[in-house]
Amino acid sequence: MSVLIKNGRVIDPATGLDDILDIFIENGTIQGMEKGLSVSAARTIDAEGLVVVPGLVDMHCHLREPGYEYKEDIESGTKSALAGGFTSIACMANTNPVMDTGAQITFVKSRSAAVGHVHVYPIGAVSQGLKGEQLSEMGDMKNAGAVAVSDDGKPVDNPSLMRRALIYANMMQLPLISHAEERRLLDGGTMNEGLTATVMGLRGISNAVEEAMVARDILIAEAEGVPIHIAHLSTRGSVELVRQAKKRGVQVTCETCPHYFSLTEEAVRDYDTNAKMNPPLRTAADVEAIKIGLADGTIDAIATDHAPHHIDDKLCEFEYAANGIIGFETALPLGITHLVRQNILSLPALIQKMTVNPADILRIPKGRIAVDGMADLTIFDASAQYEITKESIKSKAKNTPFIGSKVYGKVLYTIVEGKVTAWE
Amino acid sequence: MIENRKDLLGLYDLSAEEIQYILKSAETMKYVLLQKNKKTPHLQGKSVVTLFYENSTRTRLSFELAAKYMSASAANISASSSSVAKGETLIDTGRTIDRMGTDVIVIRHHASGAPHLLAKHVKSSVINAGDGMNEHPTQALLDMFTMQEKKGDLKNLTVAITGDIFHSRVARSNIYGLTKMGATVRVFAPATLLPKGIESLGVTVCRTIEEALLDADVVMGLRMQLERQKQGFVPNMREYAAQFGIDERRLALAKPDALIMHPGPVNRGVEFSSFVIDHDNSCIDEQVTNGVAVRMAILYIFAHRGQDVKLPESPQRKENVR
Repeated sequence: MSVLIKNGRVIDPATGLDDILDIFIENGTIQGMEKGLSVSAARTIDAEGLVVVPGLVDMHCHLREPGYEYKEDIESGTKSALAGGFTSIACMANTNPVMDTGAQITFVKSRSAAVGHVHVYPIGAVSQGLKGEQLSEMGDMKNAGAVAVSDDGKPVDNPSLMRRALIYANMMQLPLISHAEERRLLDGGTMNEGLTATVMGLRGISNAVEEAMVARDILIAEAEGVPIHIAHLSTRGSVELVRQAKKRGVQVTCETCPHYFSLTEEAVRDYDTNAKMNPPLRTAADVEAIKIGLADGTIDAIATDHAPHHIDDKLCEFEYAANGIIGFETALPLGITHLVRQNILSLPALIQKMTVNPADILRIPKGRIAVDGMADLTIFDASAQYEITKESIKSKAKNTPFIGSKVYGKVLYTIVEGKVTAWE
Repeated sequence: MIENRKDLLGLYDLSAEEIQYILKSAETMKYVLLQKNKKTPHLQGKSVVTLFYENSTRTRLSFELAAKYMSASAANISASSSSVAKGETLIDTGRTIDRMGTDVIVIRHHASGAPHLLAKHVKSSVINAGDGMNEHPTQALLDMFTMQEKKGDLKNLTVAITGDIFHSRVARSNIYGLTKMGATVRVFAPATLLPKGIESLGVTVCRTIEEALLDADVVMGLRMQLERQKQGFVPNMREYAAQFGIDERRLALAKPDALIMHPGPVNRGVEFSSFVIDHDNSCIDEQVTNGVAVRMAILYIFAHRGQDVKLPESPQRKENVR
């Protein structure tokens, strides 16, 4: 089926394109892109006043299949991604069984091909069973289609194993994504350390828990001359560590998540487990530093860390509640609301951190708009304001503190390989 | 006001007027408690369940006797002997108790915020009898009651709270309560046991135990748990007693008539020496008596509410489609 997108503001951060153009799609690829295209198409989308961008790329999410299908599965997770405007997502290895072999990667790839709504790129484990003891079969996983390795959810505690993992993954041309957390400094913490934790009677997680590991991993990567990617930055100190490392020429990249630039620890007041996550929500000073890090280019990418949980995992005592929030369907509006509308990032800069940047870190050919390229596109209304409701969420899980939030930026169409899904 | 509240979860949320109301009611209850025949009909036909997920002797017994003196039906559930051990969730356990016609559930739990969670899912009034490191409101109320009884207006008092502030729900509740009542509160803890941001709670953080004790009207010690040495907070109990413990010499820094208080159980020779515990100014035993009076007042106030409380529809019941 052919599709003609008329008069949209087309933004392609990879080339710097930002212009009112028409895009013609046929057979799943972009056949033409210019002003005033006069072709006949089976379907025409009037995109006047709307923004057309490369399909969003999420380099960090959890789809929970296999093993935790009661929380989310590949079908429901990719549906949620599609609704959020994501057309390519990379899912973490902490499934059950853990994605630590080629066979596991193959399962997720083939399952995604069968039931998925978007392109799924599995991330394999760094260590077998995420146990932090032995390296996983990275070569086998690479051959099966893994795009990176990470023990996300857990850090690689042993620095010596981390060093070898970095060297080995680099040989396999697999980026290594570090979940930076010094667990020996955790002291039973379940939220950010500070006055709020003191008042709630909860043990706090110091910024140093994250920063000690960010520093360690940067130093190991620097010493070995290999790349490293740091996941979900949450503290001002981490931003500064990455900034300094980049200045020294270390091959370090990093991501943050929408919640770390839009919420503070205050969100967990009244023991709201839907705001419990790891790393935890931090202070206003950290939020500010994350924004500056995004603006000055220290932070390369915005990832969702979509972490679906069943209500049973959240409706319990705060200390026992599972960590994480869902993120696909709120990421773009939160970026527009808290970054673009607050003049932290231009709209193209925001889109860059949600498309070509993460795609380049994962070395996947995504996040671009090009003639003859695959037609993965997202069309949204940047100025539409609305309230996030539980009913609108497509994910199986509803664990998000953003229900009831008023945001700007509404995804209206998501196009995957030329197949259009309209959301209104 | 207090009569509009369904639950007593902590002193953080209470106003000075509400605290004073409870303390005033406790005066009456203390009078009842001191009679030869303590039985009153105040809670006839009411039921009180104590749901304890942590071991406790005095708090539990105190609540149970308070309920029984006022003719309520009282029952106990402990974590080890109940469906809790079979993995039932707090909400499900609470709902079960609720459906048996309970008016008040008194809960102690090792997780901070557990009473708050329970309160959202039951019609019964929930009384927090200690949750994790968060609050122990009835203890602080009995402490304030004792201070007021012995020393008069709390406004004129300088209270030194000393010891393991970090892990102490008693300290937190006392800080909230006393500062609201206008008392001057000093805290001292070994630096490893001082929670972050405490200075923002309206207290003076002292650098030494001596500084905290100087001319204090009330000296409050907190239990130093033995496992804290294994966790590396302090080297050992010997060092703790020597550096931070209150003995005859340090006690002399406080006012001569300074009240000596401790929520118990006391580690003799650690936070307080026996000289201090058994001192004429020590009211540790009286605190226990007052604990019953304060809990009678609280049960009386809260047992009469909760029947007409509408709960929000449970999201769990609706969505439990696993």
